[in-house]
Amino acid sequence: MNRNAAYTPYHPRWHRQRVSTYWWLERRSYFLFILREVSSVAVGWFVALLLLLVRALSGGAAGYQDFLEWTRHPVVLALNIGSFAFVCLHAVTWFNLAPQAMVVRVAGTRVPGWMIAASNYAALATTTTVVVALLLLRW
Amino acid sequence: MSAHITLRVARYRPEEESESRFEDYEVPCPSDWVVLDGLNHVKDQVDGTLSYRWSCRMGICGSCGMLVNGEPKLTCATFLADYAPGPVRVEPLRNFPVIRDLVVELGDFMSKLTRVKPWIVRQVEKPLSEGEYRQTPDELDDYKSFSMCINCMLCYSACPIYGLDPHFIGPAAIAIAQRYNLDSRDEGATERMRILSEHDGIWGCTFVGECTKVCPKHVDPAAAIQRYKLQSALDWVKGVVLPRAAQ
Repeated sequence: MNRNAAYTPYHPRWHRQRVSTYWWLERRSYFLFILREVSSVAVGWFVALLLLLVRALSGGAAGYQDFLEWTRHPVVLALNIGSFAFVCLHAVTWFNLAPQAMVVRVAGTRVPGWMIAASNYAALATTTTVVVALLLLRW
Repeated sequence: MSAHITLRVARYRPEEESESRFEDYEVPCPSDWVVLDGLNHVKDQVDGTLSYRWSCRMGICGSCGMLVNGEPKLTCATFLADYAPGPVRVEPLRNFPVIRDLVVELGDFMSKLTRVKPWIVRQVEKPLSEGEYRQTPDELDDYKSFSMCINCMLCYSACPIYGLDPHFIGPAAIAIAQRYNLDSRDEGATERMRILSEHDGIWGCTFVGECTKVCPKHVDPAAAIQRYKLQSALDWVKGVVLPRAAQ
């Protein structure tokens, strides 16, 4: 096969449709995909928030109180609620996609996809339980 | 159910027009007619200049892929009655240049397919006297689902990444590469990884997942690509942590 006959973008007689800038609004699945991609920004925001918290803690009790006051501001609160929704979407969509990417074999038998997704959810539930328990026990 | 249905077919005649336009055709709509039957009716009875590809009429050859109401479909497996009362919009596959009417240009896909070496690669062929390369049913199961690809290109048509970046090697080519990598008789995985780790290879995919949804043979190209990424990342980590072992 002639490799040069591959993609020839300037062939005068071929008709090409331009991909619209808003292609991601054309189908529900494309829109969900873009939401999942955008959710990475929310994950990044929470990482930044955590780093800001660590910095506030280094400023002692007063610094921590200032940080808490700042997080009570309606704009920050709204941002965090929105980001939390996006992070949940991020977790759920990626957990559900994990079985497609991972082939796990135990004793020569392939572990079914739902078990791989379930193990992700179980890990999330366990981590959340530990964090909540730590908070309730006021460690 | 209505006895007829309207096919709204995209027509593009390069010697007459620079843009495609739609033409409506009334075709019979018995319950066992697929979209391809409707197109064949138009070609035979109404307008013999209508151009499209088809061959087997049984979902094997992969020739008759088109957009039906905007969805990439094999027209031989898409029943007209499911779209009653119509109209049914039939267009050429998205993301490919259109040569005429519903016929798209295949050269890009064909060259990408050969790039991934879709055949069994052996470092050293064993002599015929030693017999065939034997394989257990479990070894066959490892790659069987990926071997079902019929090169119909519906996955390319559904992939927005390929639409935005035509250099992306695309879902089917990667799934077929994986078909050979997972074959116990093959020894070409390293060569294919080198090709697919390039900029326009696996890392171009952002896991939209539409390729898997539209695949008429349940090949799951999205899974093939993500497994490739995982393998490539593991190879990289291995190269960093254990540089000698990775060689």
